[in-house]
Amino acid sequence: MTCLPKHPDKKLGLVIDLDTCVGCQACVTACKEWNTGGHMAPLTDIDPYGGHVDGVWFNRVHSYEHTTEMGGRTVNFPRSCLHCETPACVTVCPTGASYKRTSDGIVLIDEDKCIGCKLCSWACPYGAREFDTDVGVMKKCTLCVDRIYNDNLAEEDRVPACVAACPTSARHFGDLGDPQSAVSQLVAERGGVDLMPELGYQPTNKYLPPRTHTQRGASVPAKALEPVRAEGGFLGWVDRMLSN
Amino acid sequence: MRHPTPRGANSAPSQRPLADTRAPDEGDGVDTSPGISDSIAKTTCYMCACRCGIDVHIKDGKVRYINGNKDHPVNRGVICGKGSSGIMQHYSPARLKKPLLRTGPRGSGAFHEIEWEEAFSIATQRLSAIRRTDPKKLAFFTGRDQSQSLTGWWASQFGTPNFAAHGGFCSVNMAAGGLYSIGGSFWEFGEPDWDNTRYFMLFGVAEDHDSNPIKIGLGKLKARGAKVVSINPCRTGYNAIADDWIGIRPGTDGLLVFAIIHELLKAGRVDLDYLLRYTNAHVLVVQEPGASDDGLFVRDADGNPLAMDRVEKTAIKATDPEAKPALTGSFEVGGCRCTPVFQLIADRYLDDSYAPDAVAERCGIAADTIRRIAAELAHVAFEQTIELAIAWTDWAGRRHETIKGRPVSMHAMRGISAHSNGFHSCRAIHLLQVLLGTVDVPGGFRFKPPYPRSAPPGPKPAGKTVKPMTPLDGMPLGFVCGPDDLLVDEDGTPTRIDKAYSWDAPLAAHGLMHTVIRNAWAGDPYPIDTLMMYMSNMAWNSSMNTVETMRMLTDHDEAGNYKIPFIIYSDAYYSETIPFADLVLPDTTYLERHDCISLLDRPISHADGPGDAIRHPVVEPDRDVRPFQSVLIELGARLGLPGFVGEDGAARYADYADYIVNHERTPGIGPLAGWRGKDGTSIGKGEVNPNQLQRYIDNGGFWHHDFADDQRYYKMANRSYLDFAVQMGFIPKAEPIVFQLYCEPLQRFRLAARGHGRVLPPEAERQRIETYMDPLPFWYMPFEEAAVDLEKYPLHALTQRPMHMYHSWGSQNAWLRQITSQNRLFVHHRTGAGLGLVDDDWVWIESINGKVKGQIKLVDGVNESTVWTWNAIGKRRGSWGLKDDAAESHRGFLLNHIIGDQTSADAQGKRYSNSDPVTGQAAWFDLRVRIVKCRAEEAGFTEPQFERFSQPPHFEPSLDILRFGAEFRRAREAAE
Amino acid sequence: MHPAFSVVFFTTATGAGYGLLALLGVLAGLQIVPADFWLGFVGLGLALGLIAAGLLSSTGHLGRPERAWRAFSQWRSSWLSREGVSSAITFIPAGLFGLGWVLLGRTGGWVAIAGLLAAIGAIVTVCTTGMIYASLKPIAQWHSRYTLPAYLIFAAMTGSVLLNALLQGFGVGSVAVLVLSLLATLAGWGWKLATWRHNDRLEIPTTANTATGLAGGTVRSLEWPHTEENYLLKEMGFRIARKHGAKLRMLTQGLAFALPVLLLAATFALPWPFGAIPSVLAAIVQFAGMLVERWLFFAEAKHTVTLYYGR
Repeated sequence: MTCLPKHPDKKLGLVIDLDTCVGCQACVTACKEWNTGGHMAPLTDIDPYGGHVDGVWFNRVHSYEHTTEMGGRTVNFPRSCLHCETPACVTVCPTGASYKRTSDGIVLIDEDKCIGCKLCSWACPYGAREFDTDVGVMKKCTLCVDRIYNDNLAEEDRVPACVAACPTSARHFGDLGDPQSAVSQLVAERGGVDLMPELGYQPTNKYLPPRTHTQRGASVPAKALEPVRAEGGFLGWVDRMLSN
Repeated sequence: MRHPTPRGANSAPSQRPLADTRAPDEGDGVDTSPGISDSIAKTTCYMCACRCGIDVHIKDGKVRYINGNKDHPVNRGVICGKGSSGIMQHYSPARLKKPLLRTGPRGSGAFHEIEWEEAFSIATQRLSAIRRTDPKKLAFFTGRDQSQSLTGWWASQFGTPNFAAHGGFCSVNMAAGGLYSIGGSFWEFGEPDWDNTRYFMLFGVAEDHDSNPIKIGLGKLKARGAKVVSINPCRTGYNAIADDWIGIRPGTDGLLVFAIIHELLKAGRVDLDYLLRYTNAHVLVVQEPGASDDGLFVRDADGNPLAMDRVEKTAIKATDPEAKPALTGSFEVGGCRCTPVFQLIADRYLDDSYAPDAVAERCGIAADTIRRIAAELAHVAFEQTIELAIAWTDWAGRRHETIKGRPVSMHAMRGISAHSNGFHSCRAIHLLQVLLGTVDVPGGFRFKPPYPRSAPPGPKPAGKTVKPMTPLDGMPLGFVCGPDDLLVDEDGTPTRIDKAYSWDAPLAAHGLMHTVIRNAWAGDPYPIDTLMMYMSNMAWNSSMNTVETMRMLTDHDEAGNYKIPFIIYSDAYYSETIPFADLVLPDTTYLERHDCISLLDRPISHADGPGDAIRHPVVEPDRDVRPFQSVLIELGARLGLPGFVGEDGAARYADYADYIVNHERTPGIGPLAGWRGKDGTSIGKGEVNPNQLQRYIDNGGFWHHDFADDQRYYKMANRSYLDFAVQMGFIPKAEPIVFQLYCEPLQRFRLAARGHGRVLPPEAERQRIETYMDPLPFWYMPFEEAAVDLEKYPLHALTQRPMHMYHSWGSQNAWLRQITSQNRLFVHHRTGAGLGLVDDDWVWIESINGKVKGQIKLVDGVNESTVWTWNAIGKRRGSWGLKDDAAESHRGFLLNHIIGDQTSADAQGKRYSNSDPVTGQAAWFDLRVRIVKCRAEEAGFTEPQFERFSQPPHFEPSLDILRFGAEFRRAREAAE
Repeated sequence: MHPAFSVVFFTTATGAGYGLLALLGVLAGLQIVPADFWLGFVGLGLALGLIAAGLLSSTGHLGRPERAWRAFSQWRSSWLSREGVSSAITFIPAGLFGLGWVLLGRTGGWVAIAGLLAAIGAIVTVCTTGMIYASLKPIAQWHSRYTLPAYLIFAAMTGSVLLNALLQGFGVGSVAVLVLSLLATLAGWGWKLATWRHNDRLEIPTTANTATGLAGGTVRSLEWPHTEENYLLKEMGFRIARKHGAKLRMLTQGLAFALPVLLLAATFALPWPFGAIPSVLAAIVQFAGMLVERWLFFAEAKHTVTLYYGR
């Protein structure tokens, strides 16, 4: 059903820390690896060893150079489905294949209903939809719906694959609808932002901006070094220090 | 299975599962609890050199999924981009299937398949002839080898000194720089105290060395708001997230560090107490120019270095805990003028030539920035001191109520290492750390056991005498302490084929793998018979001067025989080097083999305790391949090498697994330290435990021992730690390890250059030895920069491996190659504008050694005089199971083609290997280039291009569509 | 946006078909166009043929065309579904209308009602098609007040020009229809020019800054996630050079508007059967021109996802 739930019970999503992401691609391949055998299996790769290789990936990391008056910074930027609150990718779907879950807000695709019209990918401003030309259906990030509730995984492992993998701890997961949740607190504390807020999709996932350009960067309140004031200069100072 | 405290690196409250993980009643038919695997095998990753613990989920005999092992000390549950792509490495179409014997000309790729028995018999025949006549005619060099304690020992038992792994072209400057200074080193034998550091400086670390531990550490620093300063010409990866990126000009890091030291000394911001306790700062150095002991330590009759007691005014043992040694001044002891090391340090680095203003332009860093960094370092080190409320006792029995720390830490790697001045630059960084009192203290740089060891560590390189049918009297690689330990003959000719431990590279602790092919080809210092290599792509991205290297591999003598007569190569994949081998021994993938990550080699220890690990086969090979280590053990047995056969001549070890458990290097010490003793209750030393491997498997593939709180810091002088280290066999005696700010072994070489001693350098080498074997670190211009016309070659050119391929074999990996299958040359905007270049232009990149063609991308985040590209993306057609139209072979390029493997000829016409003059470390990053826009008709493809390799027999064309994982879903759905 | 031929042809053909259907439905029902078997057969056949061919072509865009029937289900939220429903429903009055007008040769009464309903269905369907595009916020050139009218105007334009060609061809030319087609073409021209003018001056609030959440300064793409083009770039990263675009705009104006205007004007001056020639030519030329127009409609539309790729 492509009508949106009015009040999802939860707003599950990711928080991605751009201040910490080093662009290592761990989340990218961890996602690929889990999901190619998971709920939307396979994540087909066309021409995997040739010149026109083109695979289905739910998570891709870009890099940018962000230049402001405060200087330049290279920013690594993971991009995946934001599980929006008002996702047009769902409402445009003519078949009901695309839907947003009432219980947790996850945006999913029912592959059996998908006719591969691709309209959802046009409606998504974020490029979160991935067309599998081999199967002829659209695929996308499931927020690891087959991990986060999976009884066959140890309880501690029931987080999205990308979050579990991230070596720099730049990815966080939780209920962004609950202002008391750890992720919501993190977003509040770090000034997390929405992507393309002007389009009104109300993404659930949030991005934490780099600290250096937000005056939140680490700094050391060091005073300039002064030459030692001792007779005999530095060596005199050494002697004085040792005889104390 | 709820754990009381969350395990693993990603266990912040914002990274945990939902409070209630029961699936909600959504009614959408989604199976939220699909079955995952039939079994989980815990082993060790081998997608790079980091040795992370992995959980391999096996479903229907196939690898379904690999994730990080939460209990593993290296990665604590996280996994990198390579690790998660292990499946694609394991199922790569480039996997070799059977032993191969060359049929066509070398380099063509024409082979026929042979049985293992034939392969063994060819190798045995060849090698036993060598061993009977002249064992050094076997050169055995291994690449990204994690079994060097076996491979080195094998070479030693064979009797050839010609053994090394890839460290010589990777990071020996860091290893030697550290081990000769503080008895530990960056990466392998030390790490920053990620939990306590407040100011972290990262020098020349690209996306690498090491992978997950640095990333986990950076995550911790970021979470705590500690300051990260990166010193790197390129603003990528780890450097991208630095709070302060200093885009230094390549090869000038040493200068920057000296300027910081200059500022700290001038301001009196050094830890004198620390220097006196833990270093040789107070040791007296002979100051008698011309004397045979000039520059050596003043010693007592027992050989103990002396210091001057500033109260008693008498010379005393430097390690006397009661002494009050002087750090400055000039003295006379036993009629010999001398001065403390620290005085020499002050004299050198307080000199105005090291002032920030004097170095700023050469470093490409504003003098104010240098002064600011020095001030920040001083502030954090001396104003933000940490004290842990843990009592400990030092080596002399003095009890300390707390553990004090200065929370400044540093890490440095290839950007320092891969220059011809890297050894001294590395020493400079260690000197800076020690002056600030930040080595093995809370918040500082910490040793990973079995380090620290004495600086330098004990064993010297074996191979002074090489005799038929006789093992060496030790391991081929070790640490020299002076000219007497060199491996040279009477007239100074190197004993080793790679010229390690010769006057060319006296401290070559990892050998010089990058010189072997040239030297073997040239017969310099002597011709060899067989070159045996493992897991290193020496005909492509692991060599400098690739085009010439390929020519040397295929060159004939006048009689029409190959100049390098026979090449045996073992690898798992059809790389660019396979076609140059005469005999190919196909290796398994890392999921099909045993391995041990041993304390005898490079273990998985971290600063809080030693550890080691294993690999074990988690899936069966579907090809006729064998793990190289087992092959080597069988070869050893067939050759009758002493360690490999019993007294009856029968094989001592069935295979590598058998060796891992039953081999004892010295009584009680074997490859694995955990669960030793018959009942498995000992650690470190103990009898062989036949169940040892199972104990490892049961424990998740590794063993780790956690230190008591009072053993964790000041390991160089911590009695409790030192006693433990002796008990474990890490060090011979519980004596303090003294940091060698002044490196006396180097001075011994200098004295030889001045004509003192028994082993003297040839006349032509003396100036070079005199210059570079300086006992205190200094800076000199990298060799290529000093030799070329800088107006003609105005740019530095660097390479780095992308993080998702570091130390890996990425390009046949269907997933990783999608991320990077072509590479651009990154050029600073302003530099590009000056040359009239725009994005996507095709350019020639020209050095004195040749030219390559590639496409550019303009960027801001790079030093303006530097261009760089991703390394080893370019692949040769016909290799790695890639199709002929793969971007790697026509839109990827290697800079290796234009990096000379030799320096320009000096005044005498001699060309050295393009290496650090102290350690022999390959100077990849000395490269100077110019870039020239290519003509319109030249655009569109990279050059040089090479002939396509033939495919091995029974290689099937690579898949057109990869549907990996579909089978798991089908099986799930069928079961429903 | 990638101008896939299946979609370009689909929207152009159904636009013309529904335009023609609507006109026939209204005019024949109201007896303005005479009931003539061959005229009706060809005219309605052309309209329904264009619609069917267009719909068939659109299924060529589908990954799983055999499931196309599912597209009727989500009319409550999806314009594409509404289009499907509406187009299917429209076949019912259109069929009845054809039965009455063409086969039975009747007008008025239930045939007129069927014709009117078919016309309403056609208009609604064209509206739904227009709304598919107009509702897509990520594509500023489409998400504008120009898009829906454009679909209606172009349907009316191509439909009337076709109708005129038909009537002229059958020698029953109507000055009113001729005038209508001329005016519609001029209106289409004007609307297109206004749309281009609007699009060329678009100030899109969505930028690389808002796309990445990186505030201030410039955000420049350094490296793509993957070095080869992926689905997103192939489907939505289509780029057209400004120069090339300008040429195609000229071609559009020539074929879709200017030439048809001249040809239609010529029809005034020429007696039957000579007047039929420029009228039929006008319809053919305009259809070709509209294919170019629709191609450009896609090619010049920029999807926000391209911001992530620095395009």
